[in-house]
Amino acid sequence: MRIKIFEINLTTTAIMLIVLSLFGCSDSSSSRSAYLISVTNLTNNQPLSPPAFILHEKEYAAWQIGTSASAGLEELAESGDPGPFLAEAADNMHVLATSQGSSVIGPGNSENVEIEIKRNSDTHLSFVSMLVNTNDAMAGLLDASIGSLGRNESITLYGRSYDAGTEVNSETAESVPGPAAGGEGFNPERNDTGFVAAHSGVVTAADGLQASALDESHRWQNPVVRLTVTRTK
Amino acid sequence: MKNFLLKTSCFLLIWSAVSVSTASAAQLFVSVKNITHSIYFTPLLITAHSSETHLFRLGESASPELRAMAEGGDISGLSGLAGGADADTVENPAEGLLAPGASVTDIFIDTDQTGNTLLSLVAMLLPTNDGFVGLDSLELPETPGIYTFYLNGYDAGTEANDELITGGGAPGVPGIPAAPGGDAGMDGTGVSSSDANTKVHIHRGNLGDGDPSGGSSDLDFSIHRWLNPVAEVIIEIL
Repeated sequence: MRIKIFEINLTTTAIMLIVLSLFGCSDSSSSRSAYLISVTNLTNNQPLSPPAFILHEKEYAAWQIGTSASAGLEELAESGDPGPFLAEAADNMHVLATSQGSSVIGPGNSENVEIEIKRNSDTHLSFVSMLVNTNDAMAGLLDASIGSLGRNESITLYGRSYDAGTEVNSETAESVPGPAAGGEGFNPERNDTGFVAAHSGVVTAADGLQASALDESHRWQNPVVRLTVTRTK
Repeated sequence: MKNFLLKTSCFLLIWSAVSVSTASAAQLFVSVKNITHSIYFTPLLITAHSSETHLFRLGESASPELRAMAEGGDISGLSGLAGGADADTVENPAEGLLAPGASVTDIFIDTDQTGNTLLSLVAMLLPTNDGFVGLDSLELPETPGIYTFYLNGYDAGTEANDELITGGGAPGVPGIPAAPGGDAGMDGTGVSSSDANTKVHIHRGNLGDGDPSGGSSDLDFSIHRWLNPVAEVIIEIL
């Protein structure tokens, strides 16, 4: 009797496997999607802090132009630490997944991350990283729709520079944390406009801002990053 | 029966994907406008090509052919990479420099013989050391119509942006070949001695200064700067 049950189970399993393999062509990955995201630093001399990647539904906004930066975004933009910002995102009900890059991305260099989520046609990507030779500049991509990507399809996106609006752009050695200066990172005091804006670029000592720790090599133009997103699953 | 239907649907999916990627022969007109205030484009190279060819790739080191174009405006090497002037590769359609605000229109590209589906374009930006306007491997639209694109200024990463007008245009020779507007200065001491990013990247723009007979740069900071984008490209798929 026990043997017979075993045989039935085997047969059932075999049938299940056949059915699964029949559906394998079009259906086996319908519950999960995975995205391989490659980010490239397009600036001349602005290393990027370890980036934050957020997959989310359209109701989530990492920031909005004209609105104050969250505490986490301020810390990311001033010090390069993405931890508090990603923790804020993870608490949002419209965030599907977050990921943090493993290291600083130098000019001309790239980094890849892979993120897997439950399949959701309303999937958007937001990205942010600090341009570290600045007071509070961010390389950012807001709310790019990637939910309609088919498996093995790619999309190339470009991110622009934003100013967190939390620290005045003095460019001094004391206030810029990157290798150009080695100054202070995060300071909870806010002494700038108080809202996120498109960045106006750095002035630098080469252009007459005598107190600036930056030189002409630290200037940039948009876009500052390229993101290539490939749906792998 | 069920098995057959599933296999058929798999096959149809693959077949339709293949047919989309090969139904690609096209005839098109390309127009290019220099939308900068005071930056000139050297002779343009416009080519339709396959995925095997790239005139340049952002985030990668420049080829010797790209370097010759970006430092001196010489498109012969890059044109060679694209198989030379033919029905889908056009050299120098503006017959010389494309001045600020000027357009070159109705450049005819025919891919019927090649089936090429990607479009690229380059020209050097003057006055810069190794700046260029570029389009890398735009997938040509398949639906007839008029499409508009805006292009950025790139830095080849091969020459220091010293911003000195020396006439140096050969690969590896420092300096800027010329300021076609006749509006540059002289006797600058040099802005930069090297690029921090030696791969192809977004150009940070000229610095310039206000001193026409000295200072660090031979360029004028109120004339020779730009903000992206630098070119408007209109493609009419016939």
